[in-house]
Amino acid sequence: MDASSTDRRPLVALAGNPNTGKTTLFNRLTGLRQKVGNYAGVTVERVAGECALPGGTKVQLLDVPGAYSLAARSREEELALQCVAGVAGEPRPDAIVLVLDATQLSRNLYLALQVLELGTPVVVALNMADQLAKRGERVDVAALERELGARVVLVSALHDRDFTSLLECVAEALAGDGGPKGEGRQDGNDARSPRRALPRELEADLAQVARCVPESWSLGSNARARAFAEWALLSVEERDELEGVPPDLRARALATRQAAAQGGRSTDDELIAARYAWIDERMSGFVVRASPSRTASERIDAVLLHPLLGFGLFLGLMVVVFQALFAWSDPLIGLVEGAMGHVGDAARSILPAGLFADFVVEGVVAGVGSVVVVLPQILLLFFFIGLMEDTGYMARVAALMDRVMRAMGLSGRAFVPMLSGYACAVPAILATRTMERRRDRLLTMLVVPLMTCSARLPVYTLLIGALWPPVVVAGFVPVQGLLMAAMYLFSTLVALVAAAVLSRTLFRGQGAPLILELPAYRAPHWPSVLGMMGQRASSFLREAGGVILACTIALWFLLSFPKDEAAQARHAQTVVAAATLPEAEQASAVEAADARLASDSLASSWGGRFGHAIEPLIEPLGFDWKIGVGLVGAFAAREVFVSTMGVVYGIGGGVDEESDTLREAIKAEAHADGRPVYTPLVGLSLMVFFALACQCMSTLAAIKRETRSWGWPVFLFVYMTALAWVASFVVHQGGLLLGL
Amino acid sequence: MALLATMAPGQAARIEAVGGERSFRRRLMEMGFLPGTQVRLVRRLALGGLLELEVRGGHVNLRIDEAAALQVQPL
Repeated sequence: MDASSTDRRPLVALAGNPNTGKTTLFNRLTGLRQKVGNYAGVTVERVAGECALPGGTKVQLLDVPGAYSLAARSREEELALQCVAGVAGEPRPDAIVLVLDATQLSRNLYLALQVLELGTPVVVALNMADQLAKRGERVDVAALERELGARVVLVSALHDRDFTSLLECVAEALAGDGGPKGEGRQDGNDARSPRRALPRELEADLAQVARCVPESWSLGSNARARAFAEWALLSVEERDELEGVPPDLRARALATRQAAAQGGRSTDDELIAARYAWIDERMSGFVVRASPSRTASERIDAVLLHPLLGFGLFLGLMVVVFQALFAWSDPLIGLVEGAMGHVGDAARSILPAGLFADFVVEGVVAGVGSVVVVLPQILLLFFFIGLMEDTGYMARVAALMDRVMRAMGLSGRAFVPMLSGYACAVPAILATRTMERRRDRLLTMLVVPLMTCSARLPVYTLLIGALWPPVVVAGFVPVQGLLMAAMYLFSTLVALVAAAVLSRTLFRGQGAPLILELPAYRAPHWPSVLGMMGQRASSFLREAGGVILACTIALWFLLSFPKDEAAQARHAQTVVAAATLPEAEQASAVEAADARLASDSLASSWGGRFGHAIEPLIEPLGFDWKIGVGLVGAFAAREVFVSTMGVVYGIGGGVDEESDTLREAIKAEAHADGRPVYTPLVGLSLMVFFALACQCMSTLAAIKRETRSWGWPVFLFVYMTALAWVASFVVHQGGLLLGL
Repeated sequence: MALLATMAPGQAARIEAVGGERSFRRRLMEMGFLPGTQVRLVRRLALGGLLELEVRGGHVNLRIDEAAALQVQPL
């Protein structure tokens, strides 16, 4: 995070409202030379990149989180101020590029005023002026420059081929020559920023608070101290989540605001109204306006937000997304699996046979494999999410879904994380970062792991394929497909009910009120969509990769040690004896002996003993100790259940969920008294267990990281596993009572 | 004085007062919902339970009950 020690290049912050094209401009200016990290203490991604100015100077460009205002209540909102002003640990920018949406100028100027007040050289990049021209409107750039006291450059983040004039202005600003050309400002103000007339009492309040702004923030500038005083008056309250505010400033701002309130004044109203009064006085000079017309976006929304049509189209889109996640990703997943198989074989052929080769192939390669096998689905999912975000449709989705989500105590913004949960809970947990309130975020994180993620799919496929015949009911409905769909529906309903229950118990109280802006629609900018896809995939690998890998390796140890020496001796004898058999039978005899050895070794391993130990616990659910071993294996990652069962039943670990041998083994598996272990009822109980139990270390690790506490992951594990046990118990015992 | 929820889609109104909890109220005002400002009810989202409002050229959705923080005078 410490950029100053390693990096002497000037720092330029790119700030602006959400949906102004800020990130598009950032991508255009930096190309693919971006560095994604995290801000200290919060899980908001800190994206910085490098950009060369016309003179050849290289600058570091920081993408400041989009904000409507620098005023903050949460720790996440506080970042915008810290980046723009360079306080509380963030390096101070040498210049700021402020991206404003020309079609939303008056609202965007509100943030612009706050940024300008800080006194850092600013260059205004006025984006989407081409959109304004289409409506027959025009911005008076000279007037804007004069009033703001900053250079203004018209850009089209989407369509421009080069940004030379913008970058030239940045170079000028860095050289200390950032003011607009032409005659100097009339009011003789020492600060570069626009000066606003404020009520006299408010001026006195601000002067009072400004005295408590530390020197390290104000840098000795009165104008800057005043700007922080305004920020503190608007932001600080008794119970906020801000962390970087000096105690003196906090106490003074609170006292001053309360004193004003006792006198019947609201400092919030006065400060916000003063900024808008300044804007409103000048807006007619900034934009030369034609008659207002219904915009293209409004016409599109007449269809996409139509009560019936809009909802229908949305559902249609969801079907396409699901189809993509489960059908289109198949060939890609096949490729990945094939490639990992080749890597394993290659490792086997290079390494001398023995423990180390087993470790590399069954521990390391298998671990890496179970990480990368999820990538195709994650990339596809984020392709759709990126596309929906980039075109502006995502805000409409949040609007369409708000009522349903709100009934469950969630907000419309929780929809995307829930949707992502069908692929994998880890990126879904990362996707909750866009939510404003900690309560809403936590609640969403605690229910997302209930969604049917792709790791459960192989388990369902195996069990359904083994225990239910591929027949068709009611003329055309395949039983197996119906069961699969039922499992998805079941998990979705449980997640929604869990949210409803948690929001009425542990998270009682209102969620944040919704203020949802609908940005204008625009054609997708493909490099941005693809860039986001890559960014999210790499953060998935960062967050989940290590944990899954470590778990798979740890699991391999648990299931391989201690070695069963008696079984090994038996195996050696069998192999020797096999040499005397006719040649045609030798290979199969050795193979059978190998599988037998694997199965015996597993039974006596720590994992196998643990399976035995928990048998009394899982017996009421219809599971025997062998299934128990599979459940232990599934804890690293659910899909490991399939290969673990392959080893348990002496077939070998190289099976997949489509394997007929494994399905036959499952059907044939019997208790000591000859009853089959797997009845359809046991299969159902097992699937319900997999649907609800928290068998995913990387989910727990992600939640630990995001909440910065062990409490929440422990809570999640306990509530999900308890829920799974109870539900499976009800299914199995209830089924037995019904005579199934 | 009236509530936005009682207006017809397409109708414009002037904001008379902004209420609500402090951070919500502050964010509303910062997004341009100030007393004296004109708003237009663009549409109601029947299934979403939201009101889409146009203020200062931007389109913002509020929940019907939470939009009661805005008291308006229909124009």
